[in-house]
Amino acid sequence: MMGFLPYLVAAWLLLVGLYGVVTSRNLVHAITCLSVAQSSTYILLLSVGFERGGTAPIFLDVPVGTKAVDPVVGALTLTDVVVGATVSALLLALAVQAYKHHGTLDPERLKPERD
Amino acid sequence: MDALPALPVAVPLLVAAALVGLAPVCPRRVADAIALAAAAGVTVLCLLLLARSFDAPVVYWFGDWTPREGIALGVAFAIDPVGAALATLAGVLATAALTFSWRIFEAVRTLHHGLMLVFLAGIVGFCLSGDLFNMFVFYELFSVAAYALAGYQTTDPGSVRGALNFALTNSVGAIFVLAGIALLYGRTGALNLAQLGQSLATGPADRLVVVAFLLLMVGFFVKAAVVPFHFWLADAYALAPTVVGVIFAGVVSELGLYAVARVYWTVFSAPLAGVEGLTGVLLVGAVATALLGGVMCVLQHHLARMLAYATVSHVGLTLAGFALLSPAGAAGAVLYLVTDGLVKGALFITVGIVDHHLRDIDERRLQGRGRHLLWAGALLVVGAFGLAGAPPFGTFLGKALMEEAALEAGHPWLIGLFVVVAALTSAALLRATGRVFLGLGPRQGPAPRGPDEAAVRHPHVHATQVAPAVLLLAAALAIGLAPGLTEAVQKAGDHFSDRPAYAAAVLEGAGEHGPAAPRPPPHLAGPALWALVSGLGGLGLALVALFPDRLPGDLRGRLARASGPAAAALRGLHAGQIGDSVTWLVVGMAGFGAMLALVTR
Repeated sequence: MMGFLPYLVAAWLLLVGLYGVVTSRNLVHAITCLSVAQSSTYILLLSVGFERGGTAPIFLDVPVGTKAVDPVVGALTLTDVVVGATVSALLLALAVQAYKHHGTLDPERLKPERD
Repeated sequence: MDALPALPVAVPLLVAAALVGLAPVCPRRVADAIALAAAAGVTVLCLLLLARSFDAPVVYWFGDWTPREGIALGVAFAIDPVGAALATLAGVLATAALTFSWRIFEAVRTLHHGLMLVFLAGIVGFCLSGDLFNMFVFYELFSVAAYALAGYQTTDPGSVRGALNFALTNSVGAIFVLAGIALLYGRTGALNLAQLGQSLATGPADRLVVVAFLLLMVGFFVKAAVVPFHFWLADAYALAPTVVGVIFAGVVSELGLYAVARVYWTVFSAPLAGVEGLTGVLLVGAVATALLGGVMCVLQHHLARMLAYATVSHVGLTLAGFALLSPAGAAGAVLYLVTDGLVKGALFITVGIVDHHLRDIDERRLQGRGRHLLWAGALLVVGAFGLAGAPPFGTFLGKALMEEAALEAGHPWLIGLFVVVAALTSAALLRATGRVFLGLGPRQGPAPRGPDEAAVRHPHVHATQVAPAVLLLAAALAIGLAPGLTEAVQKAGDHFSDRPAYAAAVLEGAGEHGPAAPRPPPHLAGPALWALVSGLGGLGLALVALFPDRLPGDLRGRLARASGPAAAALRGLHAGQIGDSVTWLVVGMAGFGAMLALVTR
């Protein structure tokens, strides 16, 4: 464990990311802020499985019982990165559509057609 | 080990990939037929799993990585009747929606169908998974497909904004879910639900466990649209294509509740067992959701928005059942959820038919224009009574079970909530039906637009549009009338909430459940009376809304003065801004966190 520092960083990233999403008037900016918030989960996952002095979890040519970081959190983080990239790509595609059809990236200027 | 449990996820994914790959060369009708066949196939597979899971959970370890000495190494599907029933519901709704779209939805069909099948595969995987991280992955899979489907009509700015709001808010929810999973993994080193439950069962909940529960609960509540996490829902559901709205309103919100209940019973039920106030915390969310959703439903004139808010309010009712944290409450909630989903699917299809034929979806502009579509009005009326939980709909049985569980748990006032909310949502629908199909009520709002009705030749209503709605309503009725169903549902609720038995089945391959404790059949007379009260209440409210001039003048004035500003404030609050819904998410998180901190002190 590295103490509390990684958890503080994760909390900070989550909070600034959320602040950005809440206050944003530009879709691309808001989507980037979401990615910032998402990256807090990468830090959280990796720090949960970190082992001070541990090697990479490749158990070839090392004695049994060698300390290693947890490989599972690495896999989880990788999955999370893929998920985050998918969500960002899709959101950006929607933002492109918004700009193409409606000429604005300001979410407050997108209004339903018939209400 | 046979591979049946993996098929309802693998088949739609493979078919989706094939459809998208063959998009340039595949004729439209062939693509339609393939997608429809895949959705129907998923439904049949899920039904098989449902039938098989009644005696004991069906546990399937991918790659045959079975547990060693009670430690889960691989990734499992752990299928019980509750998960299988939800997966079946999703399959049924997808089949109905694709049938409906046969004649209506003109678009890039192969891509659309591909997305629908990925969406369905994600939902089914989510329902069947016995592994928390895989639940998260399937959750994201079906969510991403849902965002794309919600924004499919990119020419409508409202639809694009709805999809963006849906995606941003729900992604924040997903971040919370993942943070909760990370904390749990850090504590236990496990991701399998049964294993997690075993690890945490050794002691009472400490702060880390409570925080993990909070993160998971709030994250899934965002999908369920529990107040105050519901602000994204109306635009996303109501402005999506009807084909998609059917599944959204029918099953997607309920999946959030299912996840909270599943995670609670398999992972947290032992460490949080001594927490007296947990039911209270959940009931706060349930009551707020049910009432606010019901009121917002009445305030809508956009028919699909009305159904979207009906979804919110009924999520509140279902949550009330789960919140009792008893097997009986869970059984009632699940039965209610499934049948309510069928009814809402039918209603969404009917509204889609109205939109398609009259080219409008606003109750005020449509006034009297539905006279030649009276059968659609009849479907809406039948659906309204289904929503209200009138016998013999399955919603009635579900509600009866929840009411009995509420009495057992010492919360008799919940019956009042059920009566009021059912009256509100059915009143909104009956009012709209009376106005659109019978031309009742004073003219209000914008004048009718478009050409003169008599001059318009309406497109022929095709059987593929009507049949799905009729069949979904018939299914909701059939569930209510099926003999022996109550006992089966009660048994399913018992197993759903029996953590040690679930863990034994998953980790040790323990077979059949023991014989269920015999239980007296539920009392149906009281609930029938309450259903009558809420049905009549709904009818009365609808009549008041349609004939306000029959009220005494001073009463009418007072009503208008009292309700006008409140209604305007509520409408303003629900204007659908993205920043607002994420702000409310954070506020709600803080609120639920404070309440949990109070009750677990």
